[in-house]
Amino acid sequence: MHHFKRIIAATAIILCAPAAMAQDSITVAIQLEPPNLDPTSGAAQAIDSVLYANVFEGLTRFAADGAIVPALAERWAVSDDGLTYLFMLHDGVTFHDGTPMDAEDVKFSLDRARADDSTNAQKGLFAGISNVTVVDPLTVQITLDQPDGMFPFNMAWGDAVIVAPESIDNIASTPIGTGPFAFADWVQGDRIELVRNADYWGNPAALGSATFRFISDPTAAFAAVMAEDVDAFVGFPAPENLPQFQADPRFQVLIGNTEGETILAMNNQRPPFDNRLVRQAVAHAIDRQAIIDGAMFGLGTPIGTHFAPHHPDYLDMLGNSPHNPEKARALLAEAGFADGFTTTLKLPPPSYARRGGEIIASQLRAVGIQTEITNLEWAQWIEEVFTNKDFGLSIVSHTEPMDIGIYANPDYYFQYDNPSFQAVMTQLNATTDEGGRSALLKAAQRIIADDYVNGYLFELAVATVAKADIRGLWVNQPTAAVDLTAVRRAN
Amino acid sequence: MRARNLIIGAALTAVFIALAVMSFFWTPYDIATLDIPGRLKTPGAAHLLGTDHFGRDILSMIMMGARTSIAVALVAVGIGMALGIPLGLLAAARHGSLLDEIIMRGNDLIFAFPSLVIAILITAVFGASAVNAIIAIGIFNVPVFARLTRSAALPLWERDFILAARVCGKSAARISVEHILPNIANLMIVQGTIQFSLGILAEAALSYIGLGAQPPTASWGRMLADAQTLVSIAPHVALIPGFAILLMVLGLNLLGDGLRDWLDPRLRVARV
Repeated sequence: MHHFKRIIAATAIILCAPAAMAQDSITVAIQLEPPNLDPTSGAAQAIDSVLYANVFEGLTRFAADGAIVPALAERWAVSDDGLTYLFMLHDGVTFHDGTPMDAEDVKFSLDRARADDSTNAQKGLFAGISNVTVVDPLTVQITLDQPDGMFPFNMAWGDAVIVAPESIDNIASTPIGTGPFAFADWVQGDRIELVRNADYWGNPAALGSATFRFISDPTAAFAAVMAEDVDAFVGFPAPENLPQFQADPRFQVLIGNTEGETILAMNNQRPPFDNRLVRQAVAHAIDRQAIIDGAMFGLGTPIGTHFAPHHPDYLDMLGNSPHNPEKARALLAEAGFADGFTTTLKLPPPSYARRGGEIIASQLRAVGIQTEITNLEWAQWIEEVFTNKDFGLSIVSHTEPMDIGIYANPDYYFQYDNPSFQAVMTQLNATTDEGGRSALLKAAQRIIADDYVNGYLFELAVATVAKADIRGLWVNQPTAAVDLTAVRRAN
Repeated sequence: MRARNLIIGAALTAVFIALAVMSFFWTPYDIATLDIPGRLKTPGAAHLLGTDHFGRDILSMIMMGARTSIAVALVAVGIGMALGIPLGLLAAARHGSLLDEIIMRGNDLIFAFPSLVIAILITAVFGASAVNAIIAIGIFNVPVFARLTRSAALPLWERDFILAARVCGKSAARISVEHILPNIANLMIVQGTIQFSLGILAEAALSYIGLGAQPPTASWGRMLADAQTLVSIAPHVALIPGFAILLMVLGLNLLGDGLRDWLDPRLRVARV
């Protein structure tokens, strides 16, 4: 009898323990697992999704609304000539291994990122830096080659986070940063665990721990959320299932903007897409609304150029390429392809590409362009399309914020080479006043829309499905991140 | 009882073959034309089996998919027979020789691999297409027919009428073709029917994981894969191709079963 009571008591404790723990822990699912955990060298978005703002912080950061706000630098000052930035760091910041974060670490991180042998995926962010000097342990002076109004924005990227020389060797498997969460464990193929950083310099996280899981299959994602195996799914892959979650009181559905311009990429150096008339014909053959409805079940905003519609400098160029199959056929005839032609359409895994690809293939067929669809995994897509440029058409979402500059790089995979566009970009980089920048950005959007460089489809929306009691998740995705700093449970 | 299997199997198979043949001349709708606003309609008068997530008529898709499935399975079984039967005849004729060993151990080697995994490997390496799916499925039909042919031919070689043919001076090749082959043809037809149904399944499996016929070619497996996330909102989109695969495979298996009973010489003797 005595034993029996003990057993009951022990069972009660065991049964209650997960429930008690569940109150300050969260399981978040995202689609892809990061290949490594170093945001300063890896290009994969999933690295930032897990680590940005949670484990690693930069001098500045993106807030939930996309604004650039102070992070490790509590404030900064720029000289009158726009060439010198002075970043004043927070006092008392330590890395998760206990070593203090000071100006030396900032210099180390920036010098490492801009070094010749750096493998940083966004080296362009640091290209304008000519010198980084330590003024005192809490002050860093950064000198630029030329004025750059975007510099605090550049420093907010996940690729510009501050790392320590003491822990850099193992960063790819054991990331050590300054954020409100410390890295705890990575079971490859399954999950990454983070725990609250008790010594955090800012407002401590409400959650005691967080687990990231990786589910790329839409059916498995639906099942995992429905069964409440995960508390939240950021970037839910099956838009057709969202109405069910919206109708279910157990869940909330957040639909927000991303910086993802989804485009029908055309290989501008490969005939016939080197002919502007052909590209224009393709642009007129596309029915954006059918793609948004058919592939995304209505989620997404049509775009007419490579720019985020929620950005104040967005230029509405949709009128440049309305759906008009007759005009598309006429343009093809004018370009010498009255009988159409056959090309390749290489599609990465997301449903916007796979489903969108079938819809676009049907729309192109209607004007006489035959496509051979090839479905590729991401690694194959990176190799065949992005690196080897072996494609005619492809569909992909460019999720980096403010990435119109990729059109100034003639080696970028769609190989657009226009000196006048490149001149606008050079001028933009040297312009710091708001009005001047805005005018140049609009000019840039107009050039690429008028050149029909790519087929501009829609701005990708992001859907987050979470349990009803979760608060503080980002609605929009100004950068790839699942910022858990402010996430808590309502009760 | 046996005749019933044969009739049901033959009827089901005939229906799908008829649908596939008809699709060459006529389908209710053109599946190349998408109708996004008219998507996910339930079965009704305008669309007998409803529409899928792109607004395509599912009956038309099933007809075109039947064509793909049957073509892939037929050619794959054809490859298996064309290579497997001669190899089996050769091994039986040269029973006990080094050649026999090489052929049969080669068969064992192919048998040792899980067929679908190798099919995935082949389509992954050489690219996903209907042709590569045919080759992948076909390769795994070769040892099935080779082994069956050899084991059926071996006892025949001991029989008196073969001995008589040998005494007459006929070559091993002529005996194989003129005497052995006709005597094992029944077996091959039955096995061919069974392999045909396995081929349908394999094609559906490969296209389900995206390694079979590529869009816009219709395929039952890909229809299933596309419908997967829609099961909870439009179940018919997944159920219809699922049932198509089920009924076609069931039909072929019943047909194979029925044919075996019908063609079996021992049973025929009993009937006489």
